[in-house]
Amino acid sequence: MTLLTFTLIVGAASLLAGLLGALTGLGGGVVIVPVLAIAMHVDLRYAMGASLVSVIATSSGAAAAYVREGFSNIRIGMFLEVATTLGAVLGAYLTSHMPKPAIGVIFGVVLLYSAWASMRGHKPGSQDAPSDPWAQKLRLEGDLPTPAGPRHYHVYHLGFGFSLMGVAGILSGLLGIGSGALKVLAMDRVMKIPFKVSSTTSNFMIGVTAAASAGLYLHRGYIDPGLAMPVMLGVLAGSLAGARILVKARVRTLRIVFSFVIAALGVQMIYEGLTGRL
Amino acid sequence: MTKTEINVDDIVSSILRTGVIVSALIVAAGGIWYLAQHGAQLPAYARFASEPSDLLSPRETLREAEHFDSQAIIMAGLLVLIATPILRVAFLVFGFALEKDWTFVGVAALVLSVLLFSIGH
Repeated sequence: MTLLTFTLIVGAASLLAGLLGALTGLGGGVVIVPVLAIAMHVDLRYAMGASLVSVIATSSGAAAAYVREGFSNIRIGMFLEVATTLGAVLGAYLTSHMPKPAIGVIFGVVLLYSAWASMRGHKPGSQDAPSDPWAQKLRLEGDLPTPAGPRHYHVYHLGFGFSLMGVAGILSGLLGIGSGALKVLAMDRVMKIPFKVSSTTSNFMIGVTAAASAGLYLHRGYIDPGLAMPVMLGVLAGSLAGARILVKARVRTLRIVFSFVIAALGVQMIYEGLTGRL
Repeated sequence: MTKTEINVDDIVSSILRTGVIVSALIVAAGGIWYLAQHGAQLPAYARFASEPSDLLSPRETLREAEHFDSQAIIMAGLLVLIATPILRVAFLVFGFALEKDWTFVGVAALVLSVLLFSIGH
C-alpha cells in the first residue's frame, strides 16, 4: 500500500469517525484512535497525536456556533478549564512514562464507559434549591435560551465537579482524546447544569484542554504531520456533517447502534492491550 | 457608567472559526503537496520513531516552512490550530478585564499560563 492509498483510507475512516462522534455526542477522537491502532496498525502514540489535533479542530469549529447562540456558559467553562488544563499536562506527562498495553487497557475502559454513557441518554431535571455558595460567589449561574425565553439555572457541587474535570483532563492528556463523555457527566449529572449547556460548554472546553497536552505531544514527536493531516481534515468534515444530520433527524436508534460499535472497539482495545499486540 | 461596545461572545466565536478555517486550509495545501512528493512511498507509522525530528518545536517548524518543506507546512497549519484555543483564552483575559471582573481575569490568566508552559516547555 502506498502512502497515497493509506492517506485516503485514513481520511475516509476519519470522516466516519467524525460523523459517529458527532451523532453519539462523544467526539471523533475517542473513535479514531482505536480505528487507527487496531485496523490500520498505526502506533498508538501516532494515533493519539493525530487524534488530539483533530479534537482541537472539531471542538473549536463547533464551539464557534454554540457560543454565538448563547448555549455555552463561558464563565463555567473558563473556571473548570483550570482543572482540565492542569490535568491534561499531568496526563500528557504520564503517557510517555506508561507502557503501551496499559494505555490500551485504560483506553478500552474509557470507550466502554463512553458507549454506556451515550446509550443511557439523560433525563431533564430542574432544580430549585439555591446554588453552591461558591458558584454564587463566582457568578456561574446562567440563563438557557429556550423558545419561551431565557430560563435561569443553578449550579451545584462545584468542588466535586471541579475534581472530576481534573480527571477528565488527565484522561485527555493520557489518551489524546477530548474526554467529552466525562466532562458532560461532571456538568450534567454532578453540577446539575441543563444538558444543552453541559454539552456545549464541554465542547467549548475540549479545545483548550487538548491544547494543554499538545505542547508535550509536539515535543515528543507524537504529532506526525503526514498522519495528522488526513485525520484532522477527515474528522473535522465528518463532525460538521454529523452536526447537520443531528439538527434534522431523530437519531435515537442510530445512537444505540453506534454505541455498540464503540463498546466493541473498547473490548478490542482491552484485548489487544492485554495480549501485547498494540 | 459606560457600557462597552465589544461583544465578547461574538469575538470568541470569530477567533475560533477563523483559526479552524485558516488552519484547515494550510493543512490541506501542505497535504496535497506532501502527497504529490511522497505519495508513492510506503507509510511508516507502525513503529513509533518520534519523527520528523526537525519539527518538534514551533520555532524549527516555522524555519522549515519558510523553505516550503511540505511536512513543515502541514505542521505550521497544525500550530495555527493549537494556537486557536490559546488565543481564545488570551482574549478572555482581556474580555474579563473590560468587565472589571478581576477574579476571572485571574482564572483566565492561570489557564493561559498553563497553556504557555506546555507549549514552551
